[in-house]
Amino acid sequence: MALWFTRSRTVVLQSLKQKHAFWAATTPLRSSSSTVPFPCNSSSSSPNLFWVNGRFKSTLAMNQLDSLPFSDSDDEQCFLGGVVNQRLCNSFYCPVKIYSSVALKQALDFPGGKVTYTSEMTFIPESQEKRVPCYRVLDDNGDLLIGSHLHQMSKEVARKIYNSMVTLQVMDTIFYEAQRQGRLSFYLTSSGEEAINIASAAALTPDDVILAQYREPGVLLWRGFTLQEFTDQLYGNKGDYGKGRQMAIHYGSKKLNYVTISSPLATQLPQAVGIAYSLKMDKKDACAVAYTGDGATSEGDFHAGLNFAAVLEAPVVFICRNNGWAISTNISEQFRSDGIVVKGQAYGIRSIRVDGNDALAVYNAISAAREMAITEQRPILVEALTYRVGHHSTSDDSTKYRPLEEIEYWKTTRNPVNRFRNWIVRNGWWSDKEETELRSSVKKQVMHTIQVGEKTEKPPVADLFSDVYDVTPSNLREQEKQLREDMIKYPQDYPSDVPL
Amino acid sequence: MGTGLMRFGRRMRWVPSVSVCNIRQFSTSVCDNNPPAKSFNLYTAINQALHIALETDPRAYVFGEDVGFGGVFRCTTGLADRFGKTRVFNTPLCEQGIVGFAIGLAAMGNRAIAEIQFADYIFPAFDQLVNEAAKFRYRSGNQFNCGGLTVRAPYGAVGHGALYHSQSPEAFFCHVPGLKVVIPRSPREAKGLLLSSIRDPNPVVFFEPKWLYRLSVEEVPEHDYMLPLSEAQVIREGSDITLVGWGAQLSIMEQACIDAEKEGISCELIDLKTLIPWDKETVEASVRKTGRLLISHEAPVTGGFGAEIAASIVERCFLRLEAPVARVCGLDTPFPLVFEPLYMPTKNKVLDSIKSTVNY
Repeated sequence: MALWFTRSRTVVLQSLKQKHAFWAATTPLRSSSSTVPFPCNSSSSSPNLFWVNGRFKSTLAMNQLDSLPFSDSDDEQCFLGGVVNQRLCNSFYCPVKIYSSVALKQALDFPGGKVTYTSEMTFIPESQEKRVPCYRVLDDNGDLLIGSHLHQMSKEVARKIYNSMVTLQVMDTIFYEAQRQGRLSFYLTSSGEEAINIASAAALTPDDVILAQYREPGVLLWRGFTLQEFTDQLYGNKGDYGKGRQMAIHYGSKKLNYVTISSPLATQLPQAVGIAYSLKMDKKDACAVAYTGDGATSEGDFHAGLNFAAVLEAPVVFICRNNGWAISTNISEQFRSDGIVVKGQAYGIRSIRVDGNDALAVYNAISAAREMAITEQRPILVEALTYRVGHHSTSDDSTKYRPLEEIEYWKTTRNPVNRFRNWIVRNGWWSDKEETELRSSVKKQVMHTIQVGEKTEKPPVADLFSDVYDVTPSNLREQEKQLREDMIKYPQDYPSDVPL
Repeated sequence: MGTGLMRFGRRMRWVPSVSVCNIRQFSTSVCDNNPPAKSFNLYTAINQALHIALETDPRAYVFGEDVGFGGVFRCTTGLADRFGKTRVFNTPLCEQGIVGFAIGLAAMGNRAIAEIQFADYIFPAFDQLVNEAAKFRYRSGNQFNCGGLTVRAPYGAVGHGALYHSQSPEAFFCHVPGLKVVIPRSPREAKGLLLSSIRDPNPVVFFEPKWLYRLSVEEVPEHDYMLPLSEAQVIREGSDITLVGWGAQLSIMEQACIDAEKEGISCELIDLKTLIPWDKETVEASVRKTGRLLISHEAPVTGGFGAEIAASIVERCFLRLEAPVARVCGLDTPFPLVFEPLYMPTKNKVLDSIKSTVNY
């Protein structure tokens, strides 16, 4: 390893010395040529400059490199489709000269298939010249793109998708406000990501097992989780299936095949593989579907999940909502790859990048991904480009770290709900009157669930101790007994709404 | 991760020689019908348990690093041939992946029997065990559970394992409500406790004393039997002092008991077997009888599970205690290679502590 590092340093240094246009040609990711203000790091200096300027804090390291034997000769320079290794060519000799063409035609039998030989010492570039394009069907105005292959979507499904997106929007608005008023302890919206939530759910069947992160309540909504069920979880009252144990927004429903949310990031990915493996062994016509954000892709469990899925040939659809921000961490501070979609290939996973604000594109991509995952028994990775229009949560103020104009642009011009509405209105499937009625009706319903949820009593003390194990062990029984005595002795120390 | 470097027998060690039917408080029917019992070593007993687990439950799976060919300790020998590569298979070298995958598999109603090649390498899976497996049932209000999960891992000293092939990390997991931690002391115990762990409807971390894999030999019934979890066992009766331990350390403690007896000290030795949730009652009853307590484990003394036992028993038996609770444990250093014999809670350290406690 040490040797490799030494050489690769030399490669970079020498290529800079030769002033090849390599870096300029292969760093489009960091440039801001796009007119769309997607949060790429347009202000940062190019990585090679950073490397040269900032690399050698230690003079010792610089001296070590200086002492390496360089040749300034341009003779016999091997230009290797991108990266030039002048020093290695000169110091050792170009392999072309010593190997016969016969030797080059030989191939190496290696696990995974034949590997051919080449005399060109080519380093695979760190990125492709062009970023992976983003699949979309509707343009920003909701017009169908010419030549797009649209899966047949019935009027009923389209209306239900729109209805659910609006419900999610209204629900988010009211719950967010309720938290601001101090009526809820915590909330987290899906604003800007309604299309990924709802359209992906619409493309799945109820048998597909969902392992969400926490910004995918729309999947539950689509599957029939009621507004009262959402509210009861937020209040942690007796109606909460989680028995008041978890923070708000940690929903879960066995009935709806939606595994209960946990806060740690990416832990659900390897679990999704285990679930998918079980579906595979049971020969079920279903897959596991794991959602994450862009930040979670840096976690070790992301790697574990994708690698296990590929190796164990598990029917999992990984959906990454790349919304640009992990709380305040921009994706430019999260990874140096062209997003998430390119990571799939390294694991041997078929992948697609899709416009996450185009509900039709999401629907098509997830439908196809699900079909391939099940019929071919393999994982699929979907990266959906979108934007977190809201703050990370009610504990966050995102204007402290990102410009208002950026938020506004995604909230208006690139709004996924408006875009889909334009399309269904144009189809004659939706009207302004219905819009008004729907929003008003959902608002009333959510307000009603809040009134009910607030009044519903909290789970009893027994629920503090149950479910740690299948049967409560003696230490917990003792602690429960002690606590009950304390609660009677010092009632003022304990919440009055938790029944004994 | 593991380098498969285990070569046994470099240093001989006393091997427990309890026969199947001499053990008191034995709560299963192993001895009742005199079933066939041949002598087996510990890894073979584990292997038998895994065969039975896969045989008796078509939804049982065994997987981990190198388990396909039989595992670096041979515990999974023959399983893939018998039950097929879809039920017994290698995984990529990624402990958090193994445990995460196992949780998902268990959540679908399967028995997921995962192997971590060495307990020293369980830490990448710590998050999956602590934040996921342990809380899966609780956080969902019992809608979901991963009770079918069992994580097996060889643990403890082996004579030449040094920092990364010798650790005893049990105390970390004893601090996690929702997990069970089980450690057997011998082949017969290993088979019965492993089958119980696999079939227990809670996630279990099962540490196997790797030094005993080949060294410990005793009669093991060949049939399917289970030993109860959360039940400690008095494996040697005495009246002057209670000794509590688990796993391989029990054999060291038993030698100390034998030597102490020669000096007229009667020791009661308890195998805790399940560390969480642990059987306080059996330990308490014994200490009420003897008035003295000594705990011994290989893990470093500070923050070790011995501290928890000591505190609990002092709470319950303060007025009955005739001496401070003694702990003879590993040193508070990383587990060293050349210094292993210095680090270890040896027989004479235990014997000395027995004497000073009795003579306090």
